[in-house]
Amino acid sequence: MTDVTVAEKTSKHASSLHQTDVRTKRRNASEARFRFYGLTAIAVGVFALIVLMASILSNGIPAFFQTYVIMNVDLKADVLDPKGNRDPDDIAKVMTFGYTPLINEATKTLVAEIGGEVPGLTDKMVNNMISREAAGQLRRFVLAHPDEIGKTVKFEFLANGRIDGYFKGRVTRESAALDSNVSVEQLDIADALKRDGHLETRFNFAFLTNPDASDQRPEAAGIGVAILGSAYMMLIVLGLALPIGVAASIYLEEFAKTNWLTDIIEVNISNLAAVPSIVFGILGLAIFINFMHLPQSAPIVGGLVLTLMTLPTIIISTRAALKSVPNSIRDAALGIGASKMQTVFHHVLPLAMPGILTGTIIGLAQALGETAPLLLIGMVAFVKDFPAAPPEGFFDPATALPVQVYNFTQRSDPAFYERASGAIIVLLIFLLIMNALAIVLRRRFERRW
Amino acid sequence: MNDMRMVERQVGTKPIKISGRNVQVYYGDSHAIKDVNVDIEDNTVTAFIGPSGCGKSTFLRCLNRMNDTIDICRVEGTITLDGEDIYDKKVDPVQLRAKVGMVFQKPNPFPKSIYDNVAYGPRIHGLARSKAELDEIVERSLRRGAIWDEVKDRLNAPGTGLSGGQQQRLCIARAVATEPEVLLMDEPCSALDPIATAQVEELIDELRETYSVVIVTHSMQQAARVSQKTAFFHLGELVEFGETGDIFTNPKDSRTESYITGRIG
Amino acid sequence: MPGGVLFLILCTISAVGYVMGRRKAVSVSGGDSRVMHSLLPYHGWNVALAAFLVGLSVMVLWSLLRLLFGFTDPGNNIVSVLSLAAALLAGWTNYARIERNYRARNVVELMMKGILIFASSIAIFTTIAIVLSMLFETTHFFRDYSWTRFFFGLKWSPNFSGNSDLGMLPLLWGTLYVSFIALLVAVPIGLFAAIYLSEYAGPRLRAVAKPMLEILAGIPTIVYGLFALITVGPILRDYFAQPLGLADSGSSVMTAGIVMGVMLIPFVSSLSDDIINAVPQAMRDGSYGLGATPSETIKQVVIPAALPGIVGAILLAASRAIGETMIVVMGAGAAAKLSLNPFEAMTTVTVKIVSQLTGDTDFASPETLVAFALGITLFVLTLGLNVLALYIVRRYREQYE
Repeated sequence: MTDVTVAEKTSKHASSLHQTDVRTKRRNASEARFRFYGLTAIAVGVFALIVLMASILSNGIPAFFQTYVIMNVDLKADVLDPKGNRDPDDIAKVMTFGYTPLINEATKTLVAEIGGEVPGLTDKMVNNMISREAAGQLRRFVLAHPDEIGKTVKFEFLANGRIDGYFKGRVTRESAALDSNVSVEQLDIADALKRDGHLETRFNFAFLTNPDASDQRPEAAGIGVAILGSAYMMLIVLGLALPIGVAASIYLEEFAKTNWLTDIIEVNISNLAAVPSIVFGILGLAIFINFMHLPQSAPIVGGLVLTLMTLPTIIISTRAALKSVPNSIRDAALGIGASKMQTVFHHVLPLAMPGILTGTIIGLAQALGETAPLLLIGMVAFVKDFPAAPPEGFFDPATALPVQVYNFTQRSDPAFYERASGAIIVLLIFLLIMNALAIVLRRRFERRW
Repeated sequence: MNDMRMVERQVGTKPIKISGRNVQVYYGDSHAIKDVNVDIEDNTVTAFIGPSGCGKSTFLRCLNRMNDTIDICRVEGTITLDGEDIYDKKVDPVQLRAKVGMVFQKPNPFPKSIYDNVAYGPRIHGLARSKAELDEIVERSLRRGAIWDEVKDRLNAPGTGLSGGQQQRLCIARAVATEPEVLLMDEPCSALDPIATAQVEELIDELRETYSVVIVTHSMQQAARVSQKTAFFHLGELVEFGETGDIFTNPKDSRTESYITGRIG
Repeated sequence: MPGGVLFLILCTISAVGYVMGRRKAVSVSGGDSRVMHSLLPYHGWNVALAAFLVGLSVMVLWSLLRLLFGFTDPGNNIVSVLSLAAALLAGWTNYARIERNYRARNVVELMMKGILIFASSIAIFTTIAIVLSMLFETTHFFRDYSWTRFFFGLKWSPNFSGNSDLGMLPLLWGTLYVSFIALLVAVPIGLFAAIYLSEYAGPRLRAVAKPMLEILAGIPTIVYGLFALITVGPILRDYFAQPLGLADSGSSVMTAGIVMGVMLIPFVSSLSDDIINAVPQAMRDGSYGLGATPSETIKQVVIPAALPGIVGAILLAASRAIGETMIVVMGAGAAAKLSLNPFEAMTTVTVKIVSQLTGDTDFASPETLVAFALGITLFVLTLGLNVLALYIVRRYREQYE
């Protein structure tokens, strides 16, 4: 040690602290660069979120508005009730097809009324301006109100999807000139109708309540069946995953001794949490549909598959909630002679309940947005009828909100993209509500031990 | 107190290295250091003693601005190093810490090899121009840390694999490698056994030849063994500061006396 | 009778059992319940649970046997008689046992414990069901189609009239290519975001940026898929692929990769955040004490110390990317290709599982069954990555505990 002496006192560092030396300047520049990378990374993440939201909102909000044409329809008795006896059975014999001429006539009259003399306008163009859904709407009205036959009644019909798209900016005069499904002449008439107040665009509540509609009438498509189907599946998931998940967590956290069985269960749970969701779809197809012969496209199968998918999430969060209950509570109950089971069910479980519910809601939110496994169990089918009330409804064909989104994107008419984005807005609102609920639960009931 | 081995004392003629004037430290609302004035000499071991929570570690961390890393901490007053205010806006804490090194309570070797642990400081400060020079710095520092003989055959082994005492000496070697002018030590022996403690204490006495050493300690015996100057802190105040011999044999303040006789603490 | 009705009858028997059990306990106690070993409700539960569990087990066992051996039970008559008889018998046995010293509570607790154990073993059953369901159909597939052609075939062109080429390699290539681009986006951004948030950001920025990234994590993949389809795809096509003359399709490896990368950012950042925070503060102090800048500390001390954990996090993210379905279904395309051009549409294992198993499927043709072979490949691949990643992360955690 003696070779190190006081003599070596000349410092290698800058003489004054008040002057930043060159090397420190360089190091500080690299520090600033590093910070900039970090900030950029966060900015990119936030930017992606904003672009994503902006894209979905700007594409989806138009789905909540729809263009209607208002006109008077002469409900001709000789067409609608050829026998003239107002017998509902006889009226029902006139199919939707029979109602179309009435609407065509009414539209023609309306166009003539507003002086819609546009060169090159054909009858077919005029007829096509009204949605094909209109005839069905008229028939339903007549069947419900047979005494209106023979009168002239005011109706609001959906405008054709292209006309609707014109008022939403999706269809322009330039694109119409190239599109065989819409013509510039129709757009002129539409403008004239709007000017005279026979055509208006307003909030489209039917989007939330209507069932899906076929490829030719995007304007009538709604997500009512999908919302109901998703709700049914959430009921099944809640009814199965919550009790099973809580029971499993109680066993693993409070009773299980460390042995091979417990180890296997633990490993299985953590692996199932990371298995790709599509694998659960294959499981559902092979076990529930091919082996157990449950119906395809039914909420019961979807619910079962989503239950198995959600279980690990619920078990993991429930165990965390049980773990956070301090042992002093257990000791206190056991100390006055309660059995282990009584201790858990009377004291530990109620105290862990807020945490368990928070985890369950988050698991449900995950299940609500899940798409891939549902595609494999046939929920992607076109479903126009609402499922019945539960429990029979669990076995009726239905679709789910995220699957409906996928379904819309597979159609050829770009008007369905608007519907897909609109359905996503609804889905995101549900998720927002569920997550907000989870946060509120956590804030309100969180206990600090 | 009888077994204290008093080191040879030279009465202060040495230049002042660090001086604090009216230093106040706040942690959020609490006033952790109250109006401390102190002069720390070069080539001297200065010990900070006092009961836990008295602020001695806090004050030590002010001397190389380690408190900057704590968001709620605020320092007022002036602290100078060689007459230059270290809390001046122009001062880069990075440059300051190269001059004022620090050894911590718990040995904290990086999860790297022994060689890389010691070479870390010289590398970031650019002290070596070549690999050979760096090798030399590492060897010299490990020698000065009194650990060279134990690790010279396994410089590429991880530093975390050493025993507690070896780890702490490695950390001292790591601090020394940066060639600081002041070495701050925050209870460097509190995690060590008596034999390792003795080795580190011997080392501190040797380091005095090159550096100004400031050591925070819980143990009054240690302060008496290694230091020439002692400062006694109590409830955030510097109660008494002077020659170590005077503090222990002839304290002027009643609080100092109570502490060294074991009545408070 | 239908299963639902049978179940309701079972419930009724249990309810009656509860009332009877409790009533008998009251009469045995002679009005002073303190003389009983167990509280009165336990005697009721004892009868009810025994009847319910036994009846339900018979029902479940019966339907399982029926499915396995394929015999018929018209009108569920046999199972109805069997299960109801078993339920009544079990209920009656426990009812007959009621007396002062009968330990009803212990019996009830034993039955409850059985229920709890059953609930936790569902995880095992699920795994077994996953493996069996895929293994079963995969062996069918390999009976019709040679496994070497499947695993090493370079051509994928299913043909429902027979004679298909079902080589997996183009699908695997697409999967790995998309995942690679996704990781290329997600790892640097996620890692830097985590570093900035844990080492630099003040509480205000953290309070805003963290929840924003968490929102990104909570968005369903279908939303990302739609984003790829209607926004990212057209932008990449119109501003990059077409002007550069590389390709002219909106669906491409790039589209799916970038969008999947965005999806994985929060996943990588929250995992890395946990891991970086597990590095002890003493390590950072040691570095600062030597005069290192924060970035030097991060690059040379924190990241090397956290490296195993970060590698684990990246493996988990890779496993996610490989198994992701909706983004690739809507963003990557359907054409199986072995190409290097990232702007070309390619397809992945998950896309083909979806396309082979939706629509009209014939579970005897190799074109449908191949989906199960693809599924088990995917399962094994992701499982391997997960197990490896969890092992690495666990080893890393132990190091600092």
